[in-house]
Amino acid sequence: MSTVVRIDDVTKQYGSGSSALLALDHVSLEVDKGEFVCLLGASGCGKSTLLSLVAGLDKITTGTLDIGGRHVALMFQEAALFPWLSVAGNVELPLKLQGVGRAERRKRAEELLEIVRLSGFGHKRPHELSGGMRQRVALARALAQNADVLLMDEPFGALDAMTRDILHDELERIWREQELTVLFVTHNVREAVRLGDRVILLSSRPGRVIEDFKIDHPRPRRIDSPEVSGQAAEITDRLRAEVARHAN
Amino acid sequence: MPTELPTGGDTLTGSRPEERATAADRVSGLDALELGPKKEKGKVGKRVWASTWPKLLAIAIVVTAWQLVYLSEWRPAYVFPAPAEVFAELGELITEPRFWDGVQLTMTRAITGFALAVAIGTLIGALVSQFKPLRAAIGSLITGLQTMPSIMWFPLAILLFQLGEEAILFVVVIGAAPSVANGLISGIDYVPRTWLRVGQVMGMSGIAKYRHLILPASLPSFVSGLKQGWAFSWRSLMAGELLVIVPGTVSIGVRMQTARDLNDAVAVLAYIIVVLVIGILVDQLFNAADGALRRRWGLTGN
Repeated sequence: MSTVVRIDDVTKQYGSGSSALLALDHVSLEVDKGEFVCLLGASGCGKSTLLSLVAGLDKITTGTLDIGGRHVALMFQEAALFPWLSVAGNVELPLKLQGVGRAERRKRAEELLEIVRLSGFGHKRPHELSGGMRQRVALARALAQNADVLLMDEPFGALDAMTRDILHDELERIWREQELTVLFVTHNVREAVRLGDRVILLSSRPGRVIEDFKIDHPRPRRIDSPEVSGQAAEITDRLRAEVARHAN
Repeated sequence: MPTELPTGGDTLTGSRPEERATAADRVSGLDALELGPKKEKGKVGKRVWASTWPKLLAIAIVVTAWQLVYLSEWRPAYVFPAPAEVFAELGELITEPRFWDGVQLTMTRAITGFALAVAIGTLIGALVSQFKPLRAAIGSLITGLQTMPSIMWFPLAILLFQLGEEAILFVVVIGAAPSVANGLISGIDYVPRTWLRVGQVMGMSGIAKYRHLILPASLPSFVSGLKQGWAFSWRSLMAGELLVIVPGTVSIGVRMQTARDLNDAVAVLAYIIVVLVIGILVDQLFNAADGALRRRWGLTGN
């Protein structure tokens, strides 16, 4: 399999001198094409920082980060849809920026909305949709960017458990159908095990890779299945030990 | 009493819903639940009445208080006339073509001045938000200008332009432009960070970034700036029309000043009402624009 993201010995430091904050400390990580990798950690583990670096929104301090000139798309906890555009307009915007013609844009946006099961909602305004629906529009917009890697920063963190559960199924389906490569940040252990091919556990302050868990339970998975729960418990123990290290 | 059980509606009996439900059903079911039932907007008549009665009540309160003060004979009737007298005068005024000439002149000045202020304010706002050093130097000056009472500018305006239209225009523009500039600057400043990040990941830069992100995102703040700018320009204009009497013109301000010179309290009060009504009407226009924008964006309550 080909490597899409290669993070080699990356360190990220904010500020300098005595007030310097070390966010990431010699982190190495590779993501293969078509892989679903979850970054898991407690507060201050620099998981969002790592995502920003991969997205090119921030510069690394030392080390190398190679995405081979590939395109990335980014999703956040908020859908961050633009309120002055309709749902379809939001999905069309990346296509417009790529210079895709109007008719083609419209057709493609319709297809993408169909993929996230929102056909017929294109004319709505973002605020008319529920939180879960808005995240699906954000996913459609990310897909419109034709990115090689989809970066997701706790995208379901603000949703209720039922909606999150259903969106896990949806994301798993779309990831498989569209052959996406996903780098998914979360602090929810079960969510990580539910979704990931691998779960990378990071330490906090500074962020280091503690362990790389391979998750090979058959898909489609369920968040409440014994296998997922069992492995989640094991990872949670490691995470607890890591958090306890920061006492005193 | 019904003797027969209905036969329709139970075609699903025997099949377990959870087994039959597909992922698509679950998603659309959840969407339907979360969106909830559609709200009815209510009848047009009812909505019009709901927005009208507070205004009618306000008018009633003011007129009643006015009448009571008049009846108390706090001031002689030729200085402080009864509402009925003033409204009669108003009724006569609005049938005079010369009155409408005055309104037209005043409104032309207001619109010209405001348009000029919007153009200049937008240009300054765009420049200031673009360049950091300019921002530091001029940013606080703009805020300072906003708090400056516009009447302070008139002596200078009269020295610069004599008693001409330009003197009035100068003060109207200098009164309104800072608000317009400030509205744009704060709109650009407060574009949410996540939107900027989304734009950056999408590959927006330069003009595309302004066209597709910064300008639309700063629109609500810009509209507030316009509204405030209008209020300032209207006040400046009224002060200007009282102070700078351009020979041969019959603007609202000139007519007001003439009425005062003739000790015509009825006319003075009538013109106050005219200015108030124009102010309220224009404000309603801005509110309608602002409201439409907020509804589109989903910024209204509930």
